[in-house]
Amino acid sequence: MMEVTTSHYVVLSTLLLLVGVVGILTRRNILVLLMSVELMLNAVNINLAAFSASLQQVHGQVFSIFVITVAAAEAAVGLGILIALFRNKQAIHADEIDLLRW
Amino acid sequence: MTLDSVLFYVLAALILASSILTITRRNVVYAAVWLVNTLVGVAGIFLLRGAEFLAGVQVIVYIGGIMVLFLFVIMLVSGHDEAVQRRFSNQKWPALAGAVAVCGMLSVIVLRGVGSLDHPGMPEAPPIGSITENSQQVGQVLFSQYLLPFELASILLLVAIIGAIVMSKTRNRATES
Repeated sequence: MMEVTTSHYVVLSTLLLLVGVVGILTRRNILVLLMSVELMLNAVNINLAAFSASLQQVHGQVFSIFVITVAAAEAAVGLGILIALFRNKQAIHADEIDLLRW
Repeated sequence: MTLDSVLFYVLAALILASSILTITRRNVVYAAVWLVNTLVGVAGIFLLRGAEFLAGVQVIVYIGGIMVLFLFVIMLVSGHDEAVQRRFSNQKWPALAGAVAVCGMLSVIVLRGVGSLDHPGMPEAPPIGSITENSQQVGQVLFSQYLLPFELASILLLVAIIGAIVMSKTRNRATES
């Protein structure tokens, strides 16, 4: 089999992003939607780490740390919104929340 | 086939299988556990690319922090009738087609460009330094060149903490009025 190159990592991260997009568009449970967002952010991190190694610089890894920081903030706020939503509407499915729908 | 290639293919298979299981499980707790599996695989990929500090951050922040938060919220909001609920939304087939179309276009672009990523000017197998070396390099860059973004990230985390507390706080109507 051929040697593993940066392209392999890029293809892996594209596939992981695909799984995340499919998850976020097809599932109903908001918790799974948030998990799909985490999958997509991890695909980005794989890319950044792969290019950081291939360019012999640590800047990509520093960017990955910022991405993880933003992911933590996003998860905290998203889960807070989910708890508020569950408390007010008893809804944890995305298609049950149609207050703004005409 | 070198050890690196074997490890890469094993980790890639682990990541893709676990991520597909994450988005298809009916029970949210199982989905969370498969997501943990995916994140461990990504940490392995970081180790393979010589990013030891990032792998540590991934395990501590993602698996230790974010996933525990997820499991807490699952325990708070998950209903008992999860087994009889529909997993996928009404729009699942158009959504799947759209997602595959978008990612197909992305894949075409990526596959067109992959050849140019591996030109001989780019060193492919970087010497993997010791753990202290990688952490030292990341720390030096983080605290010199990226100092302002680093401080902004701390402000972002503070705002997120306050926002999460405000939104999930129970409001006692009896004492307010």
